[in-house]
Amino acid sequence: MKLLILLVIVLGIIAIAQLTRVYELTRGLRKTREEEISPADNRMNAMLMLAWMIVFFLCTIWLYVRYGDYLPEPASAHGVDVDKLMNVNIWMITIMFFIVNFLLFWFSYKYYYRKDRKARFFAHDNRLEMVWTLIPGVVMAFIIVYGLIIWNRMTGPASDEAMRVEVYSKQFDWTVRYPGENAVFGAADYNLISTENALGLVTREGIAVKIAELDAQIEKKREGLEENARLPVWPASYVEAVEDQIYRLQRHKQRIMDLSEFKSPEGLSEWEAGADDKIVKGELHLPVGKEVEFIFRSQDVLHSAYMPHFRAQMNTVPGVPTRFKMTPTITTREMREKLGKDDFDYILLCNKVCGSAHFNMQIKVIIEDEADYNAWLAQQKTFGGAAAPAAEPAQKDTLTTAMVN
Amino acid sequence: MGAHEQAAQGHEHGHAHHHEESFVSKYVFSQDHKMISKQFLITAIFMGIIAVMLSIFFRLQLGWPGESFGILNTFLGDRWAPDGILDRNAYLAIVTIHGTIMVFFVLTGGLSGTFANLLIPLQVGARDMASGFLNMLSYWFFFVSSVIMIASLFVEGGAASGGWTIYPPLSALPQAMPGSGLGMTLWLISMVLFVASSLLGGLNYIVTIINLRTRGMKMSRLPLTVWALLVTAILGVLSFPVLVSAVVLLIMDRSFGTAFYLSDIFIGGEALDVTGGSPILFQHLFWFLGHPEVYIVLLPALGISSEVISTNSRKPIFGYKAMVASILAIGFLSFIVWGHHMYVTGMNPFLGSVFVFTTLLIAIPSAVKAFNYLTTLWQGNIRFTPAMLFSIGLVSTFVTGGLTGIILADSALDVNVHDTYFVVAHFHIVMGMSAIFGMLAGVYHWFPRMYGRMLNTKLGYAHFWLTLVCGFGVFFPMHFVGIAGAPRRYYSYSTFEFLQNTMDLNPIISVFAIVGGLAQLLFLFNFFHSIWFGQKAVQNPWGSNTLEWTAPVEHMHGNWPGALPEVHRWAYDYSNPEHEDDFVPQTVPLKPGEHAH
Ligand code: HEM
Ligand SMILES: [Cu+2]
Ligand SMILES: [Cu+2]
Repeated sequence: MKLLILLVIVLGIIAIAQLTRVYELTRGLRKTREEEISPADNRMNAMLMLAWMIVFFLCTIWLYVRYGDYLPEPASAHGVDVDKLMNVNIWMITIMFFIVNFLLFWFSYKYYYRKDRKARFFAHDNRLEMVWTLIPGVVMAFIIVYGLIIWNRMTGPASDEAMRVEVYSKQFDWTVRYPGENAVFGAADYNLISTENALGLVTREGIAVKIAELDAQIEKKREGLEENARLPVWPASYVEAVEDQIYRLQRHKQRIMDLSEFKSPEGLSEWEAGADDKIVKGELHLPVGKEVEFIFRSQDVLHSAYMPHFRAQMNTVPGVPTRFKMTPTITTREMREKLGKDDFDYILLCNKVCGSAHFNMQIKVIIEDEADYNAWLAQQKTFGGAAAPAAEPAQKDTLTTAMVN
Repeated sequence: MGAHEQAAQGHEHGHAHHHEESFVSKYVFSQDHKMISKQFLITAIFMGIIAVMLSIFFRLQLGWPGESFGILNTFLGDRWAPDGILDRNAYLAIVTIHGTIMVFFVLTGGLSGTFANLLIPLQVGARDMASGFLNMLSYWFFFVSSVIMIASLFVEGGAASGGWTIYPPLSALPQAMPGSGLGMTLWLISMVLFVASSLLGGLNYIVTIINLRTRGMKMSRLPLTVWALLVTAILGVLSFPVLVSAVVLLIMDRSFGTAFYLSDIFIGGEALDVTGGSPILFQHLFWFLGHPEVYIVLLPALGISSEVISTNSRKPIFGYKAMVASILAIGFLSFIVWGHHMYVTGMNPFLGSVFVFTTLLIAIPSAVKAFNYLTTLWQGNIRFTPAMLFSIGLVSTFVTGGLTGIILADSALDVNVHDTYFVVAHFHIVMGMSAIFGMLAGVYHWFPRMYGRMLNTKLGYAHFWLTLVCGFGVFFPMHFVGIAGAPRRYYSYSTFEFLQNTMDLNPIISVFAIVGGLAQLLFLFNFFHSIWFGQKAVQNPWGSNTLEWTAPVEHMHGNWPGALPEVHRWAYDYSNPEHEDDFVPQTVPLKPGEHAH
């Protein structure tokens, strides 16, 4: 491949050198002026217009044929509507593409300069102009109405039966949370994020542990400062930095103390609802045929949860949860059979540039029968269960473990 | 310096004025619009060369991921391309700077700066811009801004890397990626200076067009270039300040502890002390400029092509009034469509619907323009100058790229192609091809007016055909890559099984990109060679009607010796049956009984 590129570059340079030589030669020989386009040149360019049009159209058709079935059939209910809409749109713009480009290159070919002809003085024609204002207007009206019908259907509120799943992004991976038995997500707060608590779920013990941990850190830094006051060895700038760290830790603590407890209408505390939440990394499992409402959150920067097979995408925004609903309709196994590929998997990938490993931020999506799904979910540990041994005061460096991998 | 200030006020003293100018005031701190125009053009060409080189670097990685290329190591060094393999952070940095340079420095500063400066005074019949001094400042702000942007490529951590749209929090947090450190700071400073340049220029263009038209140059007789440049300047003046506010708030978030765009962020092992801001606010502010910006880029190109197509078809532009109305309608609509870049940000779906509606409305004036171009060609007598070829290319690409805009505008469809290569294909065909073609058409057409010499036509042909073929070769297949689900701004696609069936297009695209890049050498050679050695130009080489061709070939302060020309007709009397010649300059009085357009 490198050879090929080298070849192209070398050829390019040779070609340019040759052209330059020809240029120098003709300049000497020719007495014609640059602005006088010779009949031969006009004819040549006219021919090239025609030739280019044919090549362009053939290449376009080849691309449509070869790459036209871009994705497998949609694996979600709304995806079917979207694909229909897409087909209508693609047909329409393809037809327009061919018509306008044809007229353009055809006129360019047909009306190339001839000395004995005079162009037709045709400055305006209100009727014609009316026609090509109105026709696009009508076509656009159709496209707008059709598109918005689908859009409203896609983005309307989820039904009451819909299950809810949280998809959580951070540089550079995805985490999934299921609400557990009680079907309510426990509250989450970014101030409580740690290795054991990747999503920052709020529980009373969690708060106590975190505050104790912050206190310990503050205490340690204070001791350092006092030590230094007795026997100054730190440069002033370092002292300032430590003071700043203490200030920030105190602010952090304060933000946690400011958290307040909310209760759901059934009287369930959001600080308790999280105990049975299930947090899963590496795979996103969903039952087929059941509406699912995604809640997206982000830990650090913008990401985007893109699921091309389901014709679905939603940005994840730190501080502002976003939502998207859909109903998967084809299980992974069925899709593998349809495609004849045993190793096919649906995928959710990041589609908003988020840093150096953006290009590899993905998670497998597994659509399965309700029974399989339930069996799988039953095997997943609950947050309460997983977070049980948090009794020892956490070490300071646990804070840094969320660093990029 | 008093010279043309007086001149601009209409004192008719042109030839009486012969004082010697120093090198510095003539070539460096010039206040003459023609010289400033050339300064903008040369700077933009230089920036363009850098941006094209950057694109070839990342196309090498995309075409042959993980392969080692000595050339990368030569240019980018061991830190960015160790063993000739592009580093992933460097990849994002050069993609970002490529986009920034192309959109702002080449197609905004370069395109408007060159042709607004050259054409506005000459086509409205003014001695110079309303304020030569502000005009000079405009260029020098642009220059300094360019230098800072280039310098940012060389700083510790590399240049800004979050994409040309620099969305926070990525761009706001130095710990989020290496490019969000000093590189990002320089990007922001450069952009503030750039906007200052653009505002100084824009205000000047508007004032000149409104106030300094020569006798008889009614608004309804303005050439379409001037109309396009006027609306462009208005768009810039109204929307660039909003970008500045977006940028200033971002600077505050980065350096002064505010949280306009930040909320609930845990990064680098620390829960940041930020709550209550919204990253989406930035996107609203950015795209409030960003969408008008795409027309700031395109309208001058359309204006140039109107002129070139009419002149070289030897036919009046079809539907002058409809063309003006379309420019105005596009200008107005472009302010109320920005949300189409944000359908999947969690924006209220109803708001999304409103943006679908307004966005698809833009297709109507766009279609009118396209059909009017076609009708102008119809039954013309088409002379294939290189400028004409590029203008025809512009129409083809404008239509091709505009049509995919219809899919993107449909929110239900955009969900699935947003931020994929489909979008990359769309906007490169309208900006990377259409707008660039307009700019090149302008250079080929007005080179004699700028430098008093001709560009070589044959080289122009080769340049056009290679550029057209390579341009489509690069950007057309990207539609298919994108529609198959390939995200943009990915360093490599090798870990995605489902994308592999379109990945064989990537090396093809890269080969076209390299050949297309090399083809620009033809232009560069032609351009710089002809400045000094080109055939000497005559006064009106293309047989045009507009005023700039009534001025002498040799540049002079004040543009015309003696009195300013007087205008008696519109700019498009080509092949008028009431006249012998196939063109009738605007300065020719109506014949007795002749009907004016
Ligand atoms: C019929 C006219 C057009 C329509 C309906 C249209 C529509 C759109 C839409 C909806 C998007 C957002 C796509 C997305 O991010 O998912 C978009 C992107 C874009 N369009 Fe257009 N467009 C049109 C013409 C143009 C023209 C003439 C230009 C420039 C000369 C242009 C330049 C761009 C650019 C630069 C972007 C991408 C920005 C980015 O995300 O980096 N468009 N267009
Ligand atoms: Cu990402
Ligand atoms: Cu836009």
